Amino acid sequence: MIGVLRSEWTKFRSVRSTPLTAALTVVLAGGLGMLISRGLGMAYLDATPAEQALFDPTQSSLSACFALAQLAVGALGVISVSSEYGTGMIRTSLTAVPRRGVVLAAKAGVVGLVALAAGSIAVLAGFLLGQPVLRSTGAPSASIGDPHVLRALAGGALWMAAVGLLGVALGILLRATAGAFAVLVAVTLVIPLLADMLPPWFGKWWPPSAGREIFQTVPNPEDMLPPWAGLGLMYAAVAAVFAVAFVVFRTRDA
Amino acid sequence: MSIRIEARNLTKRYGETRAVDDLTFTVEPGSVTGFLGPNGAGKTTTMRMILGLDAPTSGSVTVGGRRYADLPSPMRVVGALLDARAVHPGRTAYDHLLCLAQTNNLPSRRIDEVLATVGLTEVARRRAGRFSLGMSQRLGIAAALLGDPPVLMFDEPVNGLDPEGIRWIRQLIRGFAAEGRTVLVSSHLMSEMALTADRLVVIGAGRLIADRWLDDVIGPDDVRGVRVRAADPDAVAALLTTSGGLVTPEPDGSLLVTGLDGARIGALTARHALPLSELIPQRPSLEEAFMELTRDSVQFAARDGGDR
Repeated sequence: MIGVLRSEWTKFRSVRSTPLTAALTVVLAGGLGMLISRGLGMAYLDATPAEQALFDPTQSSLSACFALAQLAVGALGVISVSSEYGTGMIRTSLTAVPRRGVVLAAKAGVVGLVALAAGSIAVLAGFLLGQPVLRSTGAPSASIGDPHVLRALAGGALWMAAVGLLGVALGILLRATAGAFAVLVAVTLVIPLLADMLPPWFGKWWPPSAGREIFQTVPNPEDMLPPWAGLGLMYAAVAAVFAVAFVVFRTRDA
Repeated sequence: MSIRIEARNLTKRYGETRAVDDLTFTVEPGSVTGFLGPNGAGKTTTMRMILGLDAPTSGSVTVGGRRYADLPSPMRVVGALLDARAVHPGRTAYDHLLCLAQTNNLPSRRIDEVLATVGLTEVARRRAGRFSLGMSQRLGIAAALLGDPPVLMFDEPVNGLDPEGIRWIRQLIRGFAAEGRTVLVSSHLMSEMALTADRLVVIGAGRLIADRWLDDVIGPDDVRGVRVRAADPDAVAALLTTSGGLVTPEPDGSLLVTGLDGARIGALTARHALPLSELIPQRPSLEEAFMELTRDSVQFAARDGGDR
């Protein structure tokens, strides 16, 4: 198992696409995070007092994480699998390690750790670069010691890892990059954005919507699960998709 | 060290199509077994089942008495090259071999050793996507050799190679068998098998057609007449015809005689003082013998649409 983990790490670092995608995660979180912080800071000034009371500087600076950087980390998970199917490498890999559960576990382990590392840096970059931008617009800003900020940052990194792992499971299920990535975008981005058009219970229980509450430091007026419960639901959902992927992977001809 | 591949009633169905149909054969150590059949006969599917990539619909195949998936360190037992292009094009040859070696905890010096064996040391740091087919084939063989396995499998190894590459692979394969390894090589070309294989497992439309040593494919009595060249062909033809032979003149001036064996022809012409310059029993070529063996199944495969 250690050998297979080392092999998966070699696979990750020895092609351009995967480290680039990990780097893109951080760049999007930081760079786009600054732009979004600026936009949200300006909007704060024009907002009503009621809206201003709900302003969440931490979540604002991390918007790029759960809007776009998460897609990069999800793509990382997808291509770590789909590139093997696309090139035929999967047959070489499964000949070297015919126990497929071991292959899947090692891949999930490496992608999960890389996504957690990239996610941690991304979340920190988003926060540390976003707060001065918010301050410069005249909107409220937060510091790491403020209530719930550390939880949002630590949980945010875990959220990113969850999306990366979801990418792995979808890659196994769908095998093709485009299809798996399309599903990932729909599930983690499009459907949560449509929450306003869906019944309130849907947003409360749809795992990616519930999981995103981890970025919140000002209580959400809507009826949502508590942040850790929401993230737990997201992990449970990812685990369920993984279970299906494992069964399919183990029985399907390679 | 001596490990057999044993297929027992191996069957793979895709819907209604039987890609592999009740196949039973053994691949023996110390010899090259040629896995021969027309394209679509089920050779690749069979090899994929040996490696546990595809699951048999029924029947079983074992390597050294165990299912491939149950081997604790499969690369130390079986080395396989099924598709030379099944490599990530963005990964260097060295890193490709490294990530494979790590899975089976093989020492990294093996990477340099196999790269030297296949002659890729110079391009080890080049991305595999820029390799020619011949170089990819060499990389695939290097990967197969990483664990120094007693069993080797190659699927159509000479396809797309230049003559030099073909010669190299043939010698390599013969060498593996000479070292006592168990070697299974598939091909749809009888002529190729004639040069590399000791034993033939012939399949068509997924079914076993023949399983025999190459020397037995053409039996000693399998003679298709005798070619005779004489100073006076007309006189010889007349003599042999009256003696019960059937004589067909060939365009090059020689005679093809059936119904009389070489000894009888020699005795007859000597008695009548008719000098011969050639007296050659005509054996079918391996190619013809193979066509004979597979004729029925080829027609069946063509009608059936074949498999994958």
